Amino acid sequence: MSTFILPVGPQHPALKEPTSFRFMVDGETVVDADLRLGYNHRGIEKGCEERTYIQDLYMLERVCGICSNVHMTVFAQGVEKLMGIEPPKRGLFIRCLMGELERVHSHLLWLGVAGHEVGFDTFFMYTWRDREIVEDILEMISGNRVNYGMQTFGGVRRDLDEMQIKKALEGIAALKARTPYYLNIGATEPTLVARIAGVGKLPKEKALELNAAGPTTRASGVDFDVRKDDPYAGFGEHIPFNIVTDEGGDVLARVVVRAKELMESYNICEFILKNLPAGEIRVKAPRKVPEGEVVSRAEAQRGECIHYIRSNGSDKPDRVKVRAPTLANWPATLYMLRGGYVADIPIVMAAIDPCLSCTDRMAVISDVRKGTEQVMDWEGLRRYGIEFHRKRGIKL
Amino acid sequence: MDILKIFLYLLVYPGLLFLFVYSTFVEWVDRKLYAKFQNRMGPMHTGSHGILQPIADFVKLMAKEDIVPAEADAKMFNAVPALALASVLTAGLLLPVWHFSSAVQSATSFQGDIIVLAYLLSLPTFAYFLAGWASASMYAAIGGVRVLTLLFAYEVPMFLAILSPAVMAGSWRMAEIAAYYQANPWHLLINVFGFVVAVICLQAKLERVPFDIPHAETEVVGGAFTEYSGRKLAMFRLLADIQMVVGAGMIAALFLGGFPGGLIPGFLWFVVKTLAIVFILAAMRSVTARIRIDQMVSFSWKWLAPLALLQLVIVIFLKGYLQ
Repeated sequence: MSTFILPVGPQHPALKEPTSFRFMVDGETVVDADLRLGYNHRGIEKGCEERTYIQDLYMLERVCGICSNVHMTVFAQGVEKLMGIEPPKRGLFIRCLMGELERVHSHLLWLGVAGHEVGFDTFFMYTWRDREIVEDILEMISGNRVNYGMQTFGGVRRDLDEMQIKKALEGIAALKARTPYYLNIGATEPTLVARIAGVGKLPKEKALELNAAGPTTRASGVDFDVRKDDPYAGFGEHIPFNIVTDEGGDVLARVVVRAKELMESYNICEFILKNLPAGEIRVKAPRKVPEGEVVSRAEAQRGECIHYIRSNGSDKPDRVKVRAPTLANWPATLYMLRGGYVADIPIVMAAIDPCLSCTDRMAVISDVRKGTEQVMDWEGLRRYGIEFHRKRGIKL
Repeated sequence: MDILKIFLYLLVYPGLLFLFVYSTFVEWVDRKLYAKFQNRMGPMHTGSHGILQPIADFVKLMAKEDIVPAEADAKMFNAVPALALASVLTAGLLLPVWHFSSAVQSATSFQGDIIVLAYLLSLPTFAYFLAGWASASMYAAIGGVRVLTLLFAYEVPMFLAILSPAVMAGSWRMAEIAAYYQANPWHLLINVFGFVVAVICLQAKLERVPFDIPHAETEVVGGAFTEYSGRKLAMFRLLADIQMVVGAGMIAALFLGGFPGGLIPGFLWFVVKTLAIVFILAAMRSVTARIRIDQMVSFSWKWLAPLALLQLVIVIFLKGYLQ
């Protein structure tokens, strides 16, 4: 069989979100991979400019379902810096706690999805069963399973009482007992290891060169974690934890790194719950934000999440730019996919824990050599949208 | 009267109707076991503990729209599911459970029926390939090629494995092989390696985890079945269930001493032994991940085929020694 193009996405069972890969396939081997972005434009950044800061907080929470709390945290942190206010210690600790609980639910979810991608559905069922424990804790604390709405400017919105702390500790202890079993299965089950060991190799220098993020780089031996390198909220001096790295650089290493990060997150949660400082959970924040610009970042479960906020002194931001970690991982993913097997496409793609809608924007392809770069204003964008749909026979 | 008898034989028992009902029951058992292994409930709502769920699924699929892609080779696309279903239904008639005496030869029990059965069980595999090829879809084409690659991996070890009990019993007729082991039950222990190889190969033939490579949903959508829907997909699903029953029945007849005792006890043995094999198959699919096609090929030629050959050598030497 000669080479042919195998499309994966924008609709594909392995890829539930809209992005399109084109693989040049020779039999079962991937010769080349190409990526098309821009299937999902949600207008969130533009929408932020139209709303007040406090509305933006909830808007940005909805950038992603899995890392909703991280986006809220990053934005709140940035705006706090512009406002020049410092949340109280208890508020910062609860902020960290939410981040770590969210990391736990996300990593458990990912372990299950990784199992499913290589046809190991039993693993999926077990990890997702245990994920319910942390979902229950999150629901108990915030009232919600997905969008917690916990962060605000100057602190957090809900406090923890003794009963909640006790129940959360019980849940964490149960998870702490179960997770080593998953680490053991992930690292030793022969058919699973056969599918993930040596697959999707990303050497350390490539990880740095392609600017990958999060567990993907840490599994390539890069010792980088925003929680350690640029401590925010309660991290740094207050909360002790270790950065998990692995030298493997393959999917197996990413499974191991995530499973070990789960253990670290449990320890962080336990530490916070046992050493929660007394006092207020938030300070009052002003409505208007002084002029200025800020870059705020935090370690999301998938990697470094960055928000850029520019303020013009009013109660609405001048510009908000969101960089979700998945965007940073795309070039590395293409590198990992080249030369691999068709059968490995889903697991290699899943190994970066992609979240496409968070990272996707409308993309206009411009020819650099001809210099046909174009800037679209609001009106132009609207006309383009109407034209786009009309061409496809949709009446507006 | 004879014609009526033949029709009853073909359509009711042990033909179409019985195989349909029993295979849906076996699918239910398989699903329940798989669910239990995964800490789930499995089907619960249709019938008692969801026992009618496979039938409900079948009826639902039959009622769905039947689409033939414009690019597809329509004749082949339509013919292949019926052909494949017919071949496994025919294979079902050959199992030595419906004829009670090994002394009488008949159209469904004769010297060499074991080869015919193995051949009829292989036909669906080719049908899958043709289905994938006729679909004119990228995913179906890859699925079809994988079906054939997988066939080359498991077919030889499977044939070698089912050869051993036949050689030991000195017959090519399943009823006689089963009778031989019923007379000498401890001889069954000789064929342990062959049993292991045969069960693993059956799992591969049924394309279940860890060998569901041809229709791995996260890789090639539905594999050869990507473009199939409605009635034809229902036929493929039913045929996979019947294939499981017939495959398990074949292994039970060859490696577990068959189904002694005439009508009722023989039938009960059939149910017990096929379900035992289905239990092994369900457990296998619960505890493994899907392996890659190249890993499958090297696994079967490095381990399964040598193991089956070793089994054959053991059988040949032991046969000489015992006589």
